Amino acid sequence: MSVLYAEPTPLPEPKPSLVALLDPRSRVMGAVLFALAVVAAHGLAALGAALTVAVVLAFLARLAPVPTLKRLLALDGFMVVVLAMLPFTVPGSAMFDLFGLPASSEGARQAVAILLKANAVTLAMLALLGSMEVVALGHALGRLGVPERFVALFLFTTRYIAVLHQEYSRLRLAMRARAFRLHSSVHSWRAMGWLVGMLLVMSLERSERIHAAMRCRGFTGRFHLCDDSRAGWLDWGFGAAQAASLALMLVLDVS
Amino acid sequence: MISLEGIRFGYDAAHPVLTGLDFTVQPGERVALLGGNGAGKTTLLHVMVGLLLPQAGRVTAFGAERRKEADFHEVRARAGLLFQDPDDQLFCPTVGEDVAFGPLNLGRSRAEARALVTQTLARVGLAGFEGRITHKLSGGQKRLVTLAAVLAMEPELLLLDEPSNALDEAARERLLGILAGLPQAMVIISHDQDLVERLATRRVVLSNGRVENSDA
Repeated sequence: MSVLYAEPTPLPEPKPSLVALLDPRSRVMGAVLFALAVVAAHGLAALGAALTVAVVLAFLARLAPVPTLKRLLALDGFMVVVLAMLPFTVPGSAMFDLFGLPASSEGARQAVAILLKANAVTLAMLALLGSMEVVALGHALGRLGVPERFVALFLFTTRYIAVLHQEYSRLRLAMRARAFRLHSSVHSWRAMGWLVGMLLVMSLERSERIHAAMRCRGFTGRFHLCDDSRAGWLDWGFGAAQAASLALMLVLDVS
Repeated sequence: MISLEGIRFGYDAAHPVLTGLDFTVQPGERVALLGGNGAGKTTLLHVMVGLLLPQAGRVTAFGAERRKEADFHEVRARAGLLFQDPDDQLFCPTVGEDVAFGPLNLGRSRAEARALVTQTLARVGLAGFEGRITHKLSGGQKRLVTLAAVLAMEPELLLLDEPSNALDEAARERLLGILAGLPQAMVIISHDQDLVERLATRRVVLSNGRVENSDA
């Protein structure tokens, strides 16, 4: 019996971070507004300020430094080739020559701007949204007026992706138990094809059972979300700080 | 409460599952539905609440004959079906929402639904579980939440499809204790001998698509 009622071991974090205390809606709104402002900004000063804000947010959300840096590096690594090409492809005043190709300062400036934008937006998203339970994100979207169907789809996806993955792992395990090893052979590819086909059939059947279970409980097409988180003084404070930092970016951008 | 007469049903014409089946549940009964794999036990429960419509025969539930999908809406509110796999039933993100889903669909207000959720969760020994994420629960907890979700609709009859399936001893004992204390009539599909001994007031064996024998 004790097994049944055992609460999961509490997380070692004693106090929730400042960002975790915010209403999920403020976090979604904050992230969206921040992203829009950063994408619209041009000046390097404004973008530098944006990155600073994002770093502050990451500290407030107490993001784990190493995984966060790894994620950002993965993003930068993805862009590095494109960014390295920019000075040579954007016309403008030459900074230096490489093998007879002039590198323009305009191109270099653009590369830096893109780098700042991408990192600022990603870091802010990680801080504001990445640290949130997916369910809370779904609820926040629903209460911000995102159409019910999208929210339902989003929540269904997060709910059943784990179940599908379990089903996949079970089948895969059963294959390995019968000495299946993935090679680049016709037999291998056919077996994997069957695995994917079986997963499709299983998910279709599961969706039918879920729909039947929903009909048994009187489902008529309407979803009811139970969530009464409220915006408090902390949210207004966050909103004000957010507005101030966006205004600062705007001022830097215009001047 | 629900009575079936001459029910014929097959998923395809070549393989009939139910071939002229008669079955009745009376108030206060706890009927154990027995029979081998593929005998049509789950199909029978699904016919009772209209998830499957029979090709021939008559379904009478709560004093009226039921033929169309719309006829069964009321039946499903009064006869709660517990599915074999809790994952099929628990589709809401949180426990509280899942338990509230039925009552809200039946037109209860949010406040009423919330009260029902608290009350029903306490009844199955899961007080305070409202905010928990459904897919992070253990197997035993999922089973109890699905039971709570069905009980929250305040049904008069419970249709249980292998309720003790895949539960460990502690979870199974807990479930049996709860079921034994419920006032509702029940139809229970189970291969669990001990559960049948302890709960059932009558046994019905299904074979070749009909009720083979029935003892009191």
